[in-house]
Amino acid sequence: MNLFVNAFLWIFDPANWTPGSQSPLPIQDRLGEHLLYTFIAVLIAAAIALPLGFYIGHTGKGRQFVISFTGAMRALPTIGVLVFLTMVLGYSLVGTTANFLGTMIALVLLAIPSILAGAYSGLESVDRQTIDASRASGMTEMQILTRVEIPLSLPLIIGGLRAGVLQVIATVTIASYVGLGGLGRIISSGIGLNDYDEILGGAILVTILALLVDGVFALIQRLTATPGVGGAVETGRTRLRRRASGPLATVGTPIHEGNGP
Amino acid sequence: MNWLFSNFDMVVELTLNHVRLSIIPIIAGFVIAVPLGRLAATGRAARGVIITSTSLLYTIPSLPLFVILPAIIGTKVLSDTNLIVALSIYAVAIMVRAAADAFSSVSVDVKQASLAMGYSKWQQFWRVEFPLAGPVLLAGMRVVSVSTIALVSVGVLIGSENLGYLFFNGKQRGLLEEVVTGIVASLLIALVFDLVLVLLGRILLPWSRKDRTRRSADSETVSLTVTTGGAA
Repeated sequence: MNLFVNAFLWIFDPANWTPGSQSPLPIQDRLGEHLLYTFIAVLIAAAIALPLGFYIGHTGKGRQFVISFTGAMRALPTIGVLVFLTMVLGYSLVGTTANFLGTMIALVLLAIPSILAGAYSGLESVDRQTIDASRASGMTEMQILTRVEIPLSLPLIIGGLRAGVLQVIATVTIASYVGLGGLGRIISSGIGLNDYDEILGGAILVTILALLVDGVFALIQRLTATPGVGGAVETGRTRLRRRASGPLATVGTPIHEGNGP
Repeated sequence: MNWLFSNFDMVVELTLNHVRLSIIPIIAGFVIAVPLGRLAATGRAARGVIITSTSLLYTIPSLPLFVILPAIIGTKVLSDTNLIVALSIYAVAIMVRAAADAFSSVSVDVKQASLAMGYSKWQQFWRVEFPLAGPVLLAGMRVVSVSTIALVSVGVLIGSENLGYLFFNGKQRGLLEEVVTGIVASLLIALVFDLVLVLLGRILLPWSRKDRTRRSADSETVSLTVTTGGAA
């Protein structure tokens, strides 16, 4: 436990927060970089994945593609992709630009599958009868999407973003090894100096950051759940109930036939 | 392909080490997560506690976990044990959720029927619940296997010798072929493991083949619910 005390002493040491300190310090600069990279990567990933996910979820087209794509992405070793992209870009760009761009592309690629899965499975979780009712009451497809499907599935959509953000935060830590900033810099510098207080301090900072961001997203997920619907944040029990009631619902599913609950 | 031919021995050695480092966490994940998942399927409170705590563990990014663990369990940062324990934690975190879903998916009627036929709780678990949960457990194991193999390469940052070595060595020496070899070898291991798991499923769960539509629906549910988290 002494190790943790020392690590926290390292974190709270004012000298490590002094602006203009040497390389992996001050801590707030690395923290800022970490958040900035995460924000940019997730923003780009969401701009690509959300519309695609909505399209797939609304029309039911291409879901098999998404499932295999998600699986294949998970099999790719993160650092390998990172190193590969920075090297390929390095042939035509200056070192630092190649590193930054390569890392960003890798991060975007990593965040896409989670966000995509959240968006399309969220839309699919919306009760078919509700959608048919909206269609019957004269809503256009666009209205159904923006006024019925997206609001009802918001917790799952945000769940996808949450998973993507966490993945990116974790990967930015690793990206420090290809020369980018971020909190991983503190860990790698600690390893280089064989300074375990610094290593552990950096690791604790990343962990706290991840847990905090996760907590914020958990809160948003809870707040965006439509009152009375309760289905979107599924527990095993509600899913079971839904599955059990599946066959009944097939009566009114002209468009999404065979998609199941 | 020149680089690969002249360094074939090293690639094979790193690949074998990569396999060794992945197998233990995958099996440990299954063995630990199945009882926990069964426990989580008993009720809302149990599920809440177990799933929440394991998914919190999964939230911890991998590199920090690799260096924090030694301070908790006293392993050496550079030892393989450290890496294996960390990967097992992630495997359990993924698998518990899948196992909880798997056991919740077993129909209550079937369980009651087996009790009525005089099965003890123990028999009921082994002969009814476990086999019926099989397809969803298998789907969970496939996710665990793929993500563990991908994560092993992060271990190279704390000095473990596996395919991740090729990424950094390749970067330092400017050999793109070396990096690509590492990625492809890692994907190949993931593919072989996945095939083995599917094959095991075919042998151990022969009945699930007849019911193809349901099984694929189950595995999708797992692969989707399991995506919440971010070890990377």
